[in-house]
Amino acid sequence: MLTVDIEKKLGAFTLNASFASKSGATVLFGPSGAGKTGVINMIAGLLKPDRGRIALDGEALFDSAARTDVPAWRRRIGYVFQEGRLFPHLSVRHNLDYGRWIGGHAADAAAFSHAVELLDIGGLLDRRPGKLSGGERQRVAVGRALLMRPRLLLLDEPLASLDEARKQEILPYFERLRDEARVPLIYVSHDAGEVRRIASRVVRIDDGKVVAAGAVELLSA
Amino acid sequence: MLELTPQEWTAVALSLRVAAVSTVVALPFGIAIATLLARKNFWGKSLVDAVVLLPLVLPPVVTGYLLLITFGRRAPVGGFLADHFGIVFSFRWTGAALACGIMAFPLMVRAIRLSIEAIDGRLEDAAATLGANRIWLFLTITLPLALPGIIAGMMLAFARALGEFGATITFVSNIPGETQTISAAIYTLTQVPGGDSAALSLVIVAVIISLAALIASEWLARRATARLHGE
Repeated sequence: MLTVDIEKKLGAFTLNASFASKSGATVLFGPSGAGKTGVINMIAGLLKPDRGRIALDGEALFDSAARTDVPAWRRRIGYVFQEGRLFPHLSVRHNLDYGRWIGGHAADAAAFSHAVELLDIGGLLDRRPGKLSGGERQRVAVGRALLMRPRLLLLDEPLASLDEARKQEILPYFERLRDEARVPLIYVSHDAGEVRRIASRVVRIDDGKVVAAGAVELLSA
Repeated sequence: MLELTPQEWTAVALSLRVAAVSTVVALPFGIAIATLLARKNFWGKSLVDAVVLLPLVLPPVVTGYLLLITFGRRAPVGGFLADHFGIVFSFRWTGAALACGIMAFPLMVRAIRLSIEAIDGRLEDAAATLGANRIWLFLTITLPLALPGIIAGMMLAFARALGEFGATITFVSNIPGETQTISAAIYTLTQVPGGDSAALSLVIVAVIISLAALIASEWLARRATARLHGE
């Protein structure tokens, strides 16, 4: 269970978000520039809130009152960025393996092949990110985040840089991810169609504030 | 044409040793300062930047003189190092390496700094979310991505060290077998009657070494860049 209650001033814009999310996929939905990415950057520990509290499974990741601020590298929260951000100097295999390796965990061949199978990236393992298509890159980015064994997975408009055909190709993987990998997802999107397929729960964000939270039916309202 | 006397060969070997040692020893400092300047904002940053660049704009003789009054056997720092660590710079090849390292430092820092500044910081954020602390992040992401710049910086430093003359001769003089590098040997030969042809041989050697270093670094940098772009 993730609880977020934060405030952050970004220039003239104030982000003031409060919501909770359980298992399944919670979608942060709202127009571009509403502050959705800011919110998940704060959950990941890449952006520091001015005030508030972020807690995951009872553990405070950030708490301005208690002066708690767990650094990003110790939060164990996977993050799939809009642009993939694969490491260009490492092969796909080493990109996938990075989180496990840097965390000092033993190799887990079963987990590795499960993720590779789930995302259908077996043929790409020895390639470099520079040689991948946009869709392939995003699938590898998901695999990389998944294989660090995150407690929570953040996806920031992971399909935004892809064309419609690619989106339709990748969406099923995200549905499988939600249903098969037992890790809660926070999925950022401004695309209602995408949200309908992915979301177990929707948090609507507009102009830096949570304007509504609830079931997927919220979208039609 | 390339008939060098043993003394001239000694000068060639000494030059290579001085250039190599000064480049290798300067490298960790160069990477540290370049990272600091590329990534951190702190009070007095422009002063640090200026001090690092200073050897590039000062007359080399001035740098040599400053080294002499700082690292000489009776000078404060030089005396301390000699008494406590047994490291003596004055009139030794180590002093030549120190002078070359300092003269080459601005070029090295500049090349490495540019390559670090060119790295997409968002990749480092990605590594942090995957569990890399600052040190690991630096070693596994920043450093490999800066490799072409590091190679270029080492090459520039090596070339600068090979060509160093003014600071070295001021600081550690021109002692055959100890501090007489190629440049100093060529200078000495041109000062004696009939030394021109011997000087020319050394000049050819200097050209060959410089060309070889240039080609090697181009090749390495190309390979490193190709690696980054997935070939």
